[in-house]
Parts: sequence; C-alpha cells; structure tokens
Amino acid sequence: MTTLCELRAIGQRGRIVEVTGDDAISVRLMEMGLIDGEVIELLGFAPLGDPAEYLIRGYRLSLRKAEAARVQIEA
Amino acid sequence: MTAPDSASAAPQLTVAVIGNPNTGKSTLFTALTGVHSRIGNYPGVTVEKKTGRFTLEGRSVQLVDLPGTYSLSPRSLDEMVSVEVLLGQQRDVGKIDAVVCIADASNLERNLYVVSQVLDLGLPTVLVLNMWDVAEHRGIVINVGELRSRLSIPVIPCEAHRRRHIEDVKQAIVSVVSQPPPAAPRVFPPEFYDEGLKLQSRLAEWGETNVPFYVAERLLLDVGGQFEATFSARHTEKLPAALTEARERLKVIGLKVPAAEAKARYAWARQVLNGAITLPPERTANHSDGLDRWLTHKVWGLAAFIAIMFAVFQAISTFSAPLMNLCEALQQGVGSQIGSLLPPGPFRSLIVDGVIAGVGGILVFLPQICFLFLFIALLEDCGYMARAAFLMDKLMVKVGLSGKSFVPLMSSFACAIPGIMATRTIENRRDRMVTILVAPLMSCSARAPVYALMIAAFFPSVAWAGGWITLHGVMMFVMTFFGAAVAIPVAWLFKKTLFKGETPPFVMELPSYKWPSPRIVAHRVYDRARAFVLRAGSLIFATSILVWAASYFPGDHTLEQQTSVQIEQVESKLADDPSLQAERDELVVRRNALSEQLLETSFLGRFGKGIEPAVRPLGWDWRIGVGVLASFPAREVIVATLGTIYSLGGDVDESDSGLQQALQNSKWPDGRPVYSIPVALSIMVFFALCAQCASTLMVIRRETNSWGWSLFTFVYMTTLAYLAALIVYQAGTAIGG
Repeated sequence: MTTLCELRAIGQRGRIVEVTGDDAISVRLMEMGLIDGEVIELLGFAPLGDPAEYLIRGYRLSLRKAEAARVQIEA
Repeated sequence: MTAPDSASAAPQLTVAVIGNPNTGKSTLFTALTGVHSRIGNYPGVTVEKKTGRFTLEGRSVQLVDLPGTYSLSPRSLDEMVSVEVLLGQQRDVGKIDAVVCIADASNLERNLYVVSQVLDLGLPTVLVLNMWDVAEHRGIVINVGELRSRLSIPVIPCEAHRRRHIEDVKQAIVSVVSQPPPAAPRVFPPEFYDEGLKLQSRLAEWGETNVPFYVAERLLLDVGGQFEATFSARHTEKLPAALTEARERLKVIGLKVPAAEAKARYAWARQVLNGAITLPPERTANHSDGLDRWLTHKVWGLAAFIAIMFAVFQAISTFSAPLMNLCEALQQGVGSQIGSLLPPGPFRSLIVDGVIAGVGGILVFLPQICFLFLFIALLEDCGYMARAAFLMDKLMVKVGLSGKSFVPLMSSFACAIPGIMATRTIENRRDRMVTILVAPLMSCSARAPVYALMIAAFFPSVAWAGGWITLHGVMMFVMTFFGAAVAIPVAWLFKKTLFKGETPPFVMELPSYKWPSPRIVAHRVYDRARAFVLRAGSLIFATSILVWAASYFPGDHTLEQQTSVQIEQVESKLADDPSLQAERDELVVRRNALSEQLLETSFLGRFGKGIEPAVRPLGWDWRIGVGVLASFPAREVIVATLGTIYSLGGDVDESDSGLQQALQNSKWPDGRPVYSIPVALSIMVFFALCAQCASTLMVIRRETNSWGWSLFTFVYMTTLAYLAALIVYQAGTAIGG
C-alpha cells in the first residue's frame, strides 16, 4: 500500500483505500469524492512540480503533495 | 422585504439558489432574474449577499444566490451563512420557501453530494441539471423521469448559458412551493437518526428549543465544525460530553465520524444514479484534455501563461490609456465649459475643482476596472483561471499564500481596485484577507507619473549596451517591483501573526475548458463597474470635495479671480491681436503666483507647514508635505499639486520640463537645493508604499465588510512608507554626503 503522492508516472492509477486524518483537510478530500474503493488517476504535474492533477469520479482535481500524502492507495 | 406587493396578490416567495462551484450558478441566476440584482453583505462576515427577482403568473419570487459550495457542513462563520439562510435563521433574508439546487449534468455524482444535504433540510427543492449540452456531447445519457421519481422532486435539464429551459425552471420553482416537501433521503442507518432525535431533545432540555434536525445532524457529524463551536460556547460542560458519547455510540455501529458522512452520501448518490445515468464506456480524451496537456505543460504551459498575462497587461495599457486620457480631457473640457458660464468665485471653484474633479477622479478608474474585469471574467469563464492558480501555486506557497492569490495580486499592478474585488475566488478567509491587505502595495498605474517625474528630473540619462538599457528605464523597473518585493515579507508577517492558522488545502477542481459566453462576461464587467461606482463613488467624491475645501479656504481669492477674468478676456482677443501674447503670459505668471500664495496660506498649506518637522527627516520641505497631503485621496494628484505649489498652474503633467526645472531649482531658506537623489528616492519610496488611494480603501471596506480593515491598511501602509522613506533618505545622505 502506498500514498497518492507516490504516483509519478502520468496515467498511473490507484484504488483509494483510506483518507487518513480527521481534520478539515481530510474531510474536504472526502467531500470531493475521495472515498475508499474509488479509482484515481494521475493526469500530470504543474510546471514547478507541485500541485498535481488527478482524475476522480469523472472530473479533474488538483491536490498538493501534502494533501495527496493523506490518501492511501493500492495499485 | 417579504411584504406582499398588494393586498390581493399572493405573498412573495423567497427562494435560495445553491450548488457546486463551476456549475454555471451565477449564469442561471442572471438568466432567471435579468440584469438587475442587489449586492450587499451579510452582517459580520465577508460573504456577498446577492438577490434578484422575477415574476411569473403574478407571483413575485425573490432569489437569493448563495456562494458556490461542495458541501453544507460549515467550518467557519462565512460558511455558516448559507446554512443560516437555508434554515430561515438569517434575519436579512427571512423564511425560505424553496431551494433551487444547481448541478453540473456532466459531473452529476459529485454534485449530488450537496443535493443530499439540501434534501435533509426538508424544504421544497428543484434540481436543475445545468450544462445539459456538455453532458450530451460527452455521451452521458440521463433518464430525467427516473431521477425525478427516485428523488421525488422536480428535475429540470437546463442550458443556462444559452438561456434554454429557463422558463421551465421558473415554472418549477413556482409550482414546487405548493407541493409537500420531499422526504429526506435516509442515507444513514436508522441508529443515526435516533441519535439525532436524542440530541435534539437533550438540547431542548437545556433550553435550546426548535433546533432543526439538520443542526443536530451537523453537531453529530462535524468534528470541530462551526455549529459545535457555537453551541459548545453556550453549553460548555454538557454539549462536548454529549457529543463525544453519541459519536462513540455511532462508531460502535460502524459510523466513524467524520468519514462516515462522505461515505454514506456518495453511496446514496451512486445508488440514485445507478441505472438512471449511462456514462460512456471509458472516459475518452476530449478536446479539453488535449488543450490542458499543453496549457499545464512544463515549458509550454509556463510560456503560454506568461504570454497570456503579458497580452492582458499590454491590452489594458493600450486600450485603457486613451480612454483614461479621454476621461481627463472630458473633465477638463466640461470644467472649462461650465467654468466659463459661471462667474469666478468660490462656487465656480467648488463646481470645477471640487465636483467635476471629484467625478472625474472616479470615472478615470473605470476604463482600467472594466478592462481588467473583462479579462478576469474571460479567463474565469473559459476555465483558465483555475489553471493559473494551479501553475502559480508553488510560487505563492513560498509567501504563505496559494495559487489563487496570484491573479488578484497581478491585476493590482494595473489597479488595486479590481485586484481586491477579484479576491472573491479565494475561499479561505485568511488567504483572502492577506491578499486584500497586500494588494495595494503592488505598483499601480497611478504611481508611474510620480516615478517618471522624479526619475527624469534627478537621475542622469545614462545608457548602456548601445542605448538598449537606460538608467531611467532601470529605475522605472526597480520602482515598479519595489512594492511587490516589500509585499513578500509583509504577507509572510501577516500570515504569521494576524492570520495565523494551518495551511488551507489546495483541493481545487479544474473545470473543463469552454468558450466564454459574451453575455456572461459583459454582465460580470457591468456588475463590478456598477458596484465600484455606487459603493465607492460617493465616498471618493466626498473626499475630493474635502481636499478641495482644505486647499481653497480660508484665503481671499478675489485678486486671483480678477486675474483669471483678465486672462480670459485677453485670450479671447488673442486670435485677432497676437501682440497681446506677452501681456497674457505676464498675467498667467501673476495668477500662478497668487494661486501658490493662496495654497500656501490655505488650511492645507498651513497643515503642510505644521507637519514640516515630521517630514524634515525624510528630506522634504513643506511644499512636498502639502503635495503628499493633497494626494492622499488619489496619488496621481501630486503632479498637479506640485504644479500649483511651484507657480506653474495646476495643468502640468509629469513630462513638463518647467516642473522638472522648478523642482531642480527649489531651495531651502538657506540656499541649499531641496531636491537631491536621496530626496527623490525617498519621495518615490513613500509613494510606492503609502495608501494614497481613497478608492482602494473604500473597496477594502466593501470587500471585508468592515471599516477596521480599511483603517488598518491605511495605518500600516503609511507607517511603512514613512519608515522606508526615512531609511532611504538617511542612508542616502550618509552615503552621498
């Protein structure tokens, strides 16, 4: 099991296992649809390397590395 | 507000509009209510209150536009406003008769999240599936009839940007209020609802009667939420314990708060859509994806970003400069036209130098505000704004802000007013406040004349690299970015002190690209320009009248006015008799000398002399002091004021060689020249950092809903300007002398 921020290759996918943490940021991630069982795909990185762009539930979402690190995934 | 229009008519309906960001909510709002909307603020928060109305079949409907949101679980007072409005607890709005939920038809699953929360409120609800055409184009097929029966609420497909099916939405709103409200979807297991009822009755025991069930729900679900904070403050001992116990019981049955809510609601959304929606087998790479690959590319993305920003600025200076000149010319034209109709005297001076100059001072900002908002609205509507934030985020994080602050701050290089108004897209309050507070430090276009005058008068014209680089050019560049350089530590300091808190997440949707709609863009520009003129205009006007009065009174202007009359008489004969030119010139010199004397003895002049001890350490004499004082309402006034002080008349501009010479020849009583390079630098640095713009302060008040922050901005910037000018002058003379 790894975290979302460890996806490096564009087009790579993972299945969400859990969003760790109980604070507002984690709740926000879950409200945006990052729920266990969902498949998430890396679409690319911003030119300066952070944040990254992901595809989830059919829409595109940008997350910083720090936020992606809260998302546990399995390949 | 909710009083019936007439005794016989049905009472007016109040309907709230809510939905995710990027769903075309404001487009739908405009399509429903037309151009006229009222914009204000809710008391005590920075949330904009937007209302409009329409009439259908004799029924008047007031629509309340709530801020776009992904969920209705308030974590701040600002987020609380929407819930209060929906619960009918917002006194300014009153009882809500129905809710319009707008959802993006091409992205329905995530949009249904907030819909499920709205349904928990038990209000008559209409679900509008906007961007129906986009969904169709992507091959998404939605069975509206099936959705309608599963949700048991009206579901209306709509294309708000094309104004299609708007009448259907109106019809649905008017008819839904007479139907019984839908049953709330039971997204949680029954034990959860029992806990909610139990909490409700315990609150009633403590005197909190009539707590809506939705509030009890939020208390249970939102760990550290705004409702918990509000209620805990009233029941310090009992509530936290009760909540901990209840959440513990929920955990036992498998409902782990707060993760449980998102899971339950998304499971519900998937169940509602299962079989009612057909998605294309594999999400195909569309037109928008291809574009995005280029626009967020490591090299091309940045190149495109720089090119777009450069083009925006180039366009603003190319298009708005002639319009601003036109405004000024118009102001002078109208001034002299009306002036020639009125006899010289205090009334004429009030009309020409007070009223017309005041109105001109407001209008002169309009071209820039309109053009900047035109570009901001275009970039927002086509979806690029989110990419700009995405591209610039890492850079802005270093200052403690996020990518969303970049465009507002960059806009402030043209003018801080639209920049501050553009901070609305920053949802985090602390980030937004810091952005607003540092935006006026960016070098706006009104500072350029001051720099141009000082640089041309006191810096030698040296050129390097075969004339490609000039000292004047370098100085202009340095001064333009000086304010931004100072803004970096200031923003960092504000984030560490006044707006301390954990870094807000950068969880941002990147909407699909689309062609901007001319109507929406035009409407947004009109909206912002109108808000500026109406809400800031009157106070800017009042300030300019005040400064006029301070510079006019208490002197006796009879002689000056007589001379003016003589000049006008001579000038009217000048065409026939060119020999009168010498006489006219002599009269002008005399009039300008009188004006200078009157300004010196006016309240403003006396005040300038009074503060001379305070500005002496900056290397300034009273004349510069008066110029700076007069330019507090609007910094561009400095050039004209200096013109009057140095007996050149008020109609000089920064490239006037007479004014440059006058500055170079200006002497202290002991014969030393007043101006030197350190003095010129200290003046420029002061202008770079000082809050000399009444309009900006008014807009800060409007956007923060508080005079306190305007005052704070004024004090911190003026203090900063004074200290920086002091350091520059003292260090400059120490090195130079």
